[in-house]
Amino acid sequence: MQPANLLLITLAFAAIAYGLGYFRSRTLAMPLGGIRHLKSLPFYYGARAALWCGIPALIVLALWAAFQGKVIQTLVIGSLPTELLPANEGEASLLLSKISNVATGALPKGFADPAIIEAADRLTYLREQSSLYMTVLVVAVATLAGFIAWLRIRPTLNARVQVEAMLKWIFFACAALAILTTIGIIFSVAFETLRFFHKVSFIDFFFGTQWSPQTALRADQVAAQGAFGMVPLFTGTLLISVIAMLVAVPVGLMSAIYLSEYARPRVRGIVKPMLEMLAGIPTVVYGFFAALTVAPFISDLAASFGISASSQSALAAGAVMGIMIIPFVSSLSDDVINAVPQSLRDGSLALGATQSETMKKVIFPAALPGIMGGILLAVSRAIGETMIVVMAAGLAANLTANPLETVTTVTVQIVTLLTGDQEFDSAKTLAAFALGAMLFLATLLLNIIALHIVRKYREQYD
Amino acid sequence: MNSIPANVAEKTLHDENEQQIPVAESPHSDADIVEGKTVGTPFADNAKFKLRDVEVFYGETRAIKNVSLDIASNEVIAFIGPSGCGKSTFLRCLNRMNDSIDICRVKGTLELDGQDIYDPRQDVVELRARVGMVFQKPNPFPKSIYDNVAYGPRIHGLANRKSDLDDIVESSLRKAGLWDEVKDRLDSTATGMSGGQQQRLCIARAIAVSPEVVLMDEPCSALDPIATAKVEELIAELSESYTIVIVTHSMQQAARVSHRTAYFHLGHLVEVNDTNTVFTSPEHQMTESYITGRFG
Repeated sequence: MQPANLLLITLAFAAIAYGLGYFRSRTLAMPLGGIRHLKSLPFYYGARAALWCGIPALIVLALWAAFQGKVIQTLVIGSLPTELLPANEGEASLLLSKISNVATGALPKGFADPAIIEAADRLTYLREQSSLYMTVLVVAVATLAGFIAWLRIRPTLNARVQVEAMLKWIFFACAALAILTTIGIIFSVAFETLRFFHKVSFIDFFFGTQWSPQTALRADQVAAQGAFGMVPLFTGTLLISVIAMLVAVPVGLMSAIYLSEYARPRVRGIVKPMLEMLAGIPTVVYGFFAALTVAPFISDLAASFGISASSQSALAAGAVMGIMIIPFVSSLSDDVINAVPQSLRDGSLALGATQSETMKKVIFPAALPGIMGGILLAVSRAIGETMIVVMAAGLAANLTANPLETVTTVTVQIVTLLTGDQEFDSAKTLAAFALGAMLFLATLLLNIIALHIVRKYREQYD
Repeated sequence: MNSIPANVAEKTLHDENEQQIPVAESPHSDADIVEGKTVGTPFADNAKFKLRDVEVFYGETRAIKNVSLDIASNEVIAFIGPSGCGKSTFLRCLNRMNDSIDICRVKGTLELDGQDIYDPRQDVVELRARVGMVFQKPNPFPKSIYDNVAYGPRIHGLANRKSDLDDIVESSLRKAGLWDEVKDRLDSTATGMSGGQQQRLCIARAIAVSPEVVLMDEPCSALDPIATAKVEELIAELSESYTIVIVTHSMQQAARVSHRTAYFHLGHLVEVNDTNTVFTSPEHQMTESYITGRFG
């Protein structure tokens, strides 16, 4: 049986265990004079039975599903005659896909070695066996554990404490999963980045001002040498992010102040959801808005002043991106400003401060950590945004600080490096990982700096 | 800003509840109160505040009903009465703190030194600089002790030099009886002080802008008895230079600190008299019932 189906079956078993546990505890309680003679509510007995039934079975299922492929592969390869044994990893994977193709029927049997066919049969057989064993084992574990849990229900059993303890571990596991994923991503990016630096030197990458990653795919191909200087990309990202923040921070912050301090409840009820709607517009829509409306407008406007502007510009992309991230700043800031106690406002107003003085001197410092959080979120959105830049700012890696010129960003280049037909260990594709790692480090640094600023300037109100 | 502060909302609620519940345990019904008629001595010759026919509405609810009262210069007047009787609402009219509540409307004549404080041309900032306020719960700003006291003077431009500001901060803290306790840690944050110290800091903050009147809304209700005693002592000292209006739930406190006492009931001002008279031989039967603890 497929792991997905087994998962559903396990959950069904857990639900049944819940019901049985619930009713057994009630049945046991009735002769004693009602459920108040139980140590815990029937819900907890049910939940305990469900957890006992579900968790071990799910662990078995997860482990089996994770390792069965590898184990079967090893067994199949091991059973091959000596002359067919693969010499290295690449050959092994080729051989395995061949066997697998024969097994699924994608490769007709007539084209393959008898040994391969035998191996394919073995593969099919092992897979069926594995699936069968897995099903039996999971169902057995679920039934047995559930039955034990059900059997051990006594009115004196404190199921509540046990369920609470188990829940704590479940929550911990979820938190750990997020952390492990992050660590996994960091490691995979780090290794690819190291491979990149075997091909391209540190100095060329960090200080090079040329970015043209087109390299020859084959030895006999005529192509550019390839230049991997990240400077133009990061200045492009910086330029566009700065423009976006120049739009988003003042507008977002002031609209948050308006919403929380000045707007009447009815106005707020209409304006706030509408502002938040900005965040719901797909970035690709912003992209063509920027490319088809804003960018030509900017270039026409510049032309009327006698300044030359390219039809795709950093300013267009940055401005539209700024509009897109307004809600990140405004919505979060609005929430934290509202959370500042009314008593502080009253205290300031009663001293004869005006509303804006109160805002500036009392509420803003108290709300600073939350506002910083909103701005940080907006910055990471701006740095990570790709679609608007592709459409409105172009692909040319110019090293410029002029917002009217075409620039490109790190994320856009990562996309162009990794799309299309690629050889996966060329400097070109590996450059994507190096860029990703740098981007990650940059945002990490930004977070640390922001945390530091917040710690220094915040005014904690309780 | 746009919603009713919890305490006010609660009070309006109380008001409605109390109107619905017949006061069975009370020996006197509300019929004893004649609207707009206050027994005792509500008027004074040297009036600082002259308040006539004041009515306050929260939406449709009439929270203050036709109250007329004079508050004399340099007196300490205490507002007492059961919860929801409107005494805090009335107090908040005196520096227009009710302005920030959308649904609140104030009618009648409210004059400070002959000047209508609800005149559209009246500058609220100037009014609040003259009429300071101390709240029920200590609400120091999450800034340093120094910055808390210097807040008002900075806003109103009362100090030209740093040394002037230092002087104002020191004298305000001295008046609030807090100087000796905090002079070595003026830079530490105010929220780290004890509740009683915080409340005295709030008083120092209020008097730093040299107001003429200080409004106190149950200033000791969140304090322990020792801190309360200190604040009461302070009120007695401050009464030499300021007019003080204090709302309190503690009748002993009213008796200890005030010169005159006003008794509010369900939005009516029932009686105003010398504090002595109110607590020894009140003129109105409702007042007597309240101070003897028969209800409230």
